[in-house]
Amino acid sequence: MADGKRAIDAMIQRFGDRVRHGGEHQGQHWCTLDAENLLEIAAWLRDEPEMDYRYLVDVTGAHFPDETPPMEMIYHLYSHKHDDYLRIKLRTGDEGPVPSLSSVWKSADWNERETYDMFGIRFDGHPDLRRILMPDDYTEYPLRKELPLFRG
Amino acid sequence: MENTIQRSADNPDVVTINMGPSHPATHGVLQLVLQLEGERVVKCVPHLGYLHRGMEKIAENRTYLQFIPYTDRMDYLAPLASNVGFALAVEELIGVTVPERCQVIRVICCELARIGAHLLWLGTHALDLGAATVFFHTFKDREWHYDLVEDLTGARLTTSFTRIGGLMHDVTDPWLGRMREFVDAFPGRVDAFESLLTNNTIWLQRTQGVGAINTEDAIDYGMTGPSLRATGLEQDLRKSRPYSGYENYEFDIPCGTEGDIYDRYLVRIEEMRQSVRILDQALKNLPDGPINIDDPKIVLPEKKRVLTSMEELIHQFILVTEGVGCPAGEVYHSTEAPKGELGFYIVSTGEASPYRLRIRSPSFNNIATLPHLVEGGLVADVIANIASLDPVMGEVDR
Repeated sequence: MADGKRAIDAMIQRFGDRVRHGGEHQGQHWCTLDAENLLEIAAWLRDEPEMDYRYLVDVTGAHFPDETPPMEMIYHLYSHKHDDYLRIKLRTGDEGPVPSLSSVWKSADWNERETYDMFGIRFDGHPDLRRILMPDDYTEYPLRKELPLFRG
Repeated sequence: MENTIQRSADNPDVVTINMGPSHPATHGVLQLVLQLEGERVVKCVPHLGYLHRGMEKIAENRTYLQFIPYTDRMDYLAPLASNVGFALAVEELIGVTVPERCQVIRVICCELARIGAHLLWLGTHALDLGAATVFFHTFKDREWHYDLVEDLTGARLTTSFTRIGGLMHDVTDPWLGRMREFVDAFPGRVDAFESLLTNNTIWLQRTQGVGAINTEDAIDYGMTGPSLRATGLEQDLRKSRPYSGYENYEFDIPCGTEGDIYDRYLVRIEEMRQSVRILDQALKNLPDGPINIDDPKIVLPEKKRVLTSMEELIHQFILVTEGVGCPAGEVYHSTEAPKGELGFYIVSTGEASPYRLRIRSPSFNNIATLPHLVEGGLVADVIANIASLDPVMGEVDR
């Protein structure tokens, strides 16, 4: 299974060096791009019939405190028509901002709220960017690496 | 506080009421803040997080083996399915495939979990709509299912049955005999449930045409599982991305047409029958052989050998203290859990614990459609809609 390879080749053909092949593990390919191109490429991936990524499976983040920029966004997409998964990654600063995909896929709404809640990444254009799992008055971002699991 | 009824200042006909988090019909600790104009729902705002335990953070501080018990507590109505889903994701990361016998036993686990989850859904769904009889029938059979789970794993709920590269232990012949009895008799029970509801006028009026969603919107919201199939889309990871040998079984994917509550009901009812069909084939074709892969760096050695052999003692010690050696890399692996697409995204730096473990839970994304389903409808239908989405808050909040 070479998930994502076909789509990434097409994206590179369409968008040139604005999309880069990020790597591969166990046949799963991913690409990286910059935050300012995200909305345009996401809308193309959804609407272009050769891509047809109608389903945003998941949105999440990861924290790499020793790298710059430290925050990574990870998007998983799935095309029912082509039975193909695709992983898109981008890097951003400590608090983002990253354009919100909630105008492209509705499932981005809650998943971006969770990413904000857990990592503190802001999403530009999100209709309702509030914490979703932690209490509203909580001040920290639990999945950042500097936060310990237990605080004595 | 939101616990009291509030009247809107600009429109005194609109009142805001609070439903949950401690409400018998919210299926756990789901809180909804509803704006009502008479019996009509104007706006519905779900509040989550009352069962948030920080599982993704915990995972970064546990070895892969240590995280298996946490997967029991995600979808706690189908812990076996979560166990299998997590083990498969880690095995995908390492790049190993378990022996055939283990694959078949895992299929049995997944389908048994599906039946158990759907039995709870059916009983509580009917109870929420006032049909208490169904509840007693399904819970009686759910005990039957739990007896089988307990005999297999030693626990009703905290099963922790899978291991990376295998299973806790093999199945026994007496247990397979009891499974055979279950498989032979259970379809008759499903017929009995159906006789109470499928043509019941009250049930039809409460469910048909209520809470409908079309395929396009359902995909857009990230809806998966029986609720998505009720809209007419034949999407099932057991068919589109077969894992654990699902390609070797004959079964149908039940689909609806309207995407309403009644279709979700019909799809899950038929799924129970299809699960029995899969169980029947699995029991008939259970091959002999080992249940664990032959790799002492991944699978814990037999206890008997640990106490008598130096090499096994060392492997046991290394595996328990340092964990399974995973290569650096990242995978996303998803399985068709009873509620929908249960995905694990693992980022490994080659250490004993995942650097990042993301749980893509089906209930979280399914419950996100709730405002779309209930706004504009009647307040009594909110209850029916929640039950028809079959959310499990342990999985929503993680």
